[in-house]
Amino acid sequence: MPYSPLLVKPMREELTQIGVEELLTAEDVERWMEKKEGTALLVVNSVCGCAAGMARPGIRLALENGSGPDRTASVFAGQDLEATARARGFFPEIPPSSPSIAFFKDGELVYFLPRHRIEGRSAEDVARDLTAVFDEHRAVAAAG
Amino acid sequence: MGTFHTGKSELHGITVVVDTAGPEVYVGRCDDMDDERVILLDADVHRDGEGGRSKGDYLAAAARHGVWCRHRRLVLPRHRVTSVRRLGEL
Repeated sequence: MPYSPLLVKPMREELTQIGVEELLTAEDVERWMEKKEGTALLVVNSVCGCAAGMARPGIRLALENGSGPDRTASVFAGQDLEATARARGFFPEIPPSSPSIAFFKDGELVYFLPRHRIEGRSAEDVARDLTAVFDEHRAVAAAG
Repeated sequence: MGTFHTGKSELHGITVVVDTAGPEVYVGRCDDMDDERVILLDADVHRDGEGGRSKGDYLAAAARHGVWCRHRRLVLPRHRVTSVRRLGEL
């Protein structure tokens, strides 16, 4: 059952306020995923503070470094059900978890951070992982 | 910002590996645990050798991307449990 929109609103805003596009419908996800070129970060947001409470600030810290992906977006698990299901359809071999973070390069999934790799870690730890991925794929693009 | 949970074990909400003295190993989100039982949500179970994979093989794959939910809720008697570890620390 979806959570109260009032409860979820600040959790959505924690990402939208830093420029993460919110994908509310399956059509939104399709449209966003249609563009293949460049790098794209897709966040599966969620309510539970056990991990999401560190994921969102970790994403913010990583994006504040200024060297982030070309595009960022999020879907909200347990809330925007069709959008989340469609998003997970782009990495069907990976068991669903939320929060989780997928990183695409030219439309191909090249990195995935599942929930259990976020749990119990700090926002700085999450940011460090993401920044390393951003740097790696920027370096590959520059070398190419 | 997140939700808060009171009266639960310190591993509440954490994805854990529950190993047993027998062939079974479980992976799931810990709901609660005490001296009597471990309660897992959205859990999977693997039996040593199942599908040609040892417990170690299975856990290596689980540590990478997680597990598929095959049981919404499992209650494991504590006397069968030999260890409870965070999957993220494997």
